[in-house]
Amino acid sequence: MTILVIAEHDGKTLAPATLNTVAAAAKIGGDINVLVAGQGIGAVAEAAAKIAGVAKVLVADNAAYAHQLPENVAPLVAELGAGYSHILAAATSNGKNILPRVAAQLDVDQISEIVSVVSADTFTRPIYAGNAIATVQSTAPVKVITVRATGFDPVAAEGGSAAVEVVAAVHDAGTSSFVGEELAKSDRPELTAAKIVVSGGRGMQNGDNFKLLYTLADKLGAAVGASRAAVDAGFVPNDMQVGQTGKIVAPQLYIAVGISGAIQHLAGMKDSKVIVAINKDEEAPIFQVADYGLVADLFEAVPELEKLV
Amino acid sequence: MKVLVAVKRVVDYNVKVRVKADNSGVDLANVKMSMNPFCEIAVEEAVRLKEKGVATEIVVVSIGPTTAQEQLRTALALGADRAILVESAEDLTSLAVAKLLKAVVDKEQPQLVILGKQAIDSDNNQTGQMLAALTGFGQGTFASKVEVAGDKVAVTREVDGGAQTVSLSLPAIVTTDLRLNEPRYASLPNIMKAKKKPLEVLTPDALGVSTASTNKTLKVEAPAARSAGIKVKSVAELVEKLKNEAKVI
Repeated sequence: MTILVIAEHDGKTLAPATLNTVAAAAKIGGDINVLVAGQGIGAVAEAAAKIAGVAKVLVADNAAYAHQLPENVAPLVAELGAGYSHILAAATSNGKNILPRVAAQLDVDQISEIVSVVSADTFTRPIYAGNAIATVQSTAPVKVITVRATGFDPVAAEGGSAAVEVVAAVHDAGTSSFVGEELAKSDRPELTAAKIVVSGGRGMQNGDNFKLLYTLADKLGAAVGASRAAVDAGFVPNDMQVGQTGKIVAPQLYIAVGISGAIQHLAGMKDSKVIVAINKDEEAPIFQVADYGLVADLFEAVPELEKLV
Repeated sequence: MKVLVAVKRVVDYNVKVRVKADNSGVDLANVKMSMNPFCEIAVEEAVRLKEKGVATEIVVVSIGPTTAQEQLRTALALGADRAILVESAEDLTSLAVAKLLKAVVDKEQPQLVILGKQAIDSDNNQTGQMLAALTGFGQGTFASKVEVAGDKVAVTREVDGGAQTVSLSLPAIVTTDLRLNEPRYASLPNIMKAKKKPLEVLTPDALGVSTASTNKTLKVEAPAARSAGIKVKSVAELVEKLKNEAKVI
């Protein structure tokens, strides 16, 4: 068995989710190759070659793969991947965008967002917003799978010395082009990789009040998240949303402030090790999953918490 | 131009589902079913394109049991012109659905196909991308803004770090994210009118599509329950517990 892992990157740096995906590949067993596709990706390829347990890094560096447009990258992955037993990508917006296109080109079903490996052909994944866990078996000659990063502890980023091989194949479908992007700037840790996450909901009342959470987060070295209600109300940008339709996190500590705890929000955070809820409504569903609940006005509790930690 | 919208009948998003005792699946007997929320957004976007004079006809398609006609009628009441049901009693995988949709695309020749980004039952997030692969069209997934100009569509997409805009040649596939629009409600007169709009019923066999699958669900289980937590009385007690009991700060 040889497994192809699609590297997650922004063109300059290798994303940590790649390490979780390689960890899933290691659980399946067999040789692990990593594909880095993009433009001007020398540094990413170097970083990929150092990942512990990777046997070979394939580098497809071409203008057609810049911004990883799926119309161009998917045919490349399908062509290279046809000879592998498994193709894995992180369940990030890139992985979700590209991999189903690859699966359809290979005429196989995909398994989305696995959280564990039962055997080389059997995996578990959450369905119905995490309210059920399905065990799925694939009989496909090439198993195409996206990996939920929080389900697997990352492998070491250093220690490997994989051979780097250049891939010459160029696919340019000519059906799509990149226009621009607007990325949110933040000095705090990345939401999906943070050890501590502080999240705010509708109870924050407005965007300015999120400063309370930023101050607390900075003291804890935490990332700041939000519920859909807070995003829809315009308090914070939508890439901060935690939940079924936003990001899935599983930090050591998740502090939910002014969040009621709807099913869709719980889907994104209920695998956190310790959950703290601060809410003035003692009937809020969030208290059913919280390890420590504090029934209090967040505008008094959060500043006090910030002073004490 | 003609717009094709795919909708799915799913368990209502407010229902807390229960796993069947024999672990064969989720219990859907006597549970409220609705149109998948992302599909509602897809229908709304198509209707808005028609209101702007961009779209001339909206065809809505669903693949599923006979009862999925209810969701098609809802889409007709919201502004779709006609509906197609590809009737299939069994649970189909995303690839099978994409193949059936490909057959409908071949038949209808739409310029734009709009789907939801994921269905809230299977949480797959695959069908739109697979349909794009099978048709060879460009794909604008997780769309928060869609602008058609001439023979191109500019799609602003929600990505992990923020937003990205791509330009696609038409025909193209778009999958909707939550923030694309706020779906409208169907008015009673429109619900009545929708009963008279055409609804065609097809079968996978008639479309010549095999729905064989390479995936098999072996079992479905309830997730591990979290052990009950405690309520603390003060912030000081909370900090003490986090430091000494949970040891997370």
